[in-house]
Amino acid sequence: MDELMLDGNAIAGLLGELFAVEMTTAVGTCSSCGAAGPVGAVHVYRGAGIVLRCPHCDALLGTIVRAERRTWISLAGMRSLELTAMDSR
Amino acid sequence: MGGLSWQPAKVIQVLSETPRVKTIAFDVEGWLGHRAGQHVDVRLTAEDGYQAERSYSIASAPSGRRIELTVERLDDGEVSTYLTDELRPGDRIELRGPIGGYFVWEPTQGGPLLLIAGGSGIVPLMAMIRERARAGSHVGTKLLFSSRSWDDIIYRDELGRLSGDGLSVVHTLTRSQPPTWDGYARRIDQEMLIEAGTDPDDRPRVYVCGPTPFVEAVANALVQLGHEPLRVKTERFGATGG
Repeated sequence: MDELMLDGNAIAGLLGELFAVEMTTAVGTCSSCGAAGPVGAVHVYRGAGIVLRCPHCDALLGTIVRAERRTWISLAGMRSLELTAMDSR
Repeated sequence: MGGLSWQPAKVIQVLSETPRVKTIAFDVEGWLGHRAGQHVDVRLTAEDGYQAERSYSIASAPSGRRIELTVERLDDGEVSTYLTDELRPGDRIELRGPIGGYFVWEPTQGGPLLLIAGGSGIVPLMAMIRERARAGSHVGTKLLFSSRSWDDIIYRDELGRLSGDGLSVVHTLTRSQPPTWDGYARRIDQEMLIEAGTDPDDRPRVYVCGPTPFVEAVANALVQLGHEPLRVKTERFGATGG
């Protein structure tokens, strides 16, 4: 286990900056193992960028990389991401 | 783009909780309230423009535009040392929030609640305990709280006062114990969760918060005991915490 590992809660502020709806309760489905769960529970690693991994199979779910005024988001390891408009932040 | 933006917050009070932990109360203009368990991002800007950001859980129950953050001083922490050593009433910092919809509890969600904290991982769980009391909720609640020593127990007196009326608090002191201590004196393990926790058959809502190794160990033990993984919510704050 990596002691520096965090979870989706830790990037909730960044996600709140980027997306219009609450993302930690959004449900993502892993392309590798098919497990579905809230973004708040995914495993998060911070380095030069942010890496999201599946808490069940450890597969890469996505990455977020920020530079001065631009942000690159990949969610290539998520088969789907279900958002609920009702959730207020 | 989303709606989360930085806003000024004025320090109105600074309280010592333990030798290494302080609670800082802020007045935030336009604060629209929060839910127990949510956090804020704090941003400090140096004179040369250098900025540092950290996340801190909100310790207080929702109460107008006042929020309290409880911060553990990390010797090498560039933000926590400033917050705990330098801030005085009247000072201003920037914060944004409330943040997070996953690790939250509201009285309408009911219980029973099983709250498990390691060190300053108590902070978002204390907001839940305070919100429970504020709302007059009688939801059965157990707090299992791991601290290094008696003097390191954050909110010790208030937890003592709030105990009863469906809330039970069990401490474990992992590094040193008072001479007359007859409570737990080890890290939280499966046996302790069986003795002091909640039976999985009662289907408690479980919230675990603390340093990453603590949360991993506790969450794994809970699932092995038969707690449903989806009812075990976790918040990790890395190797050192805070």
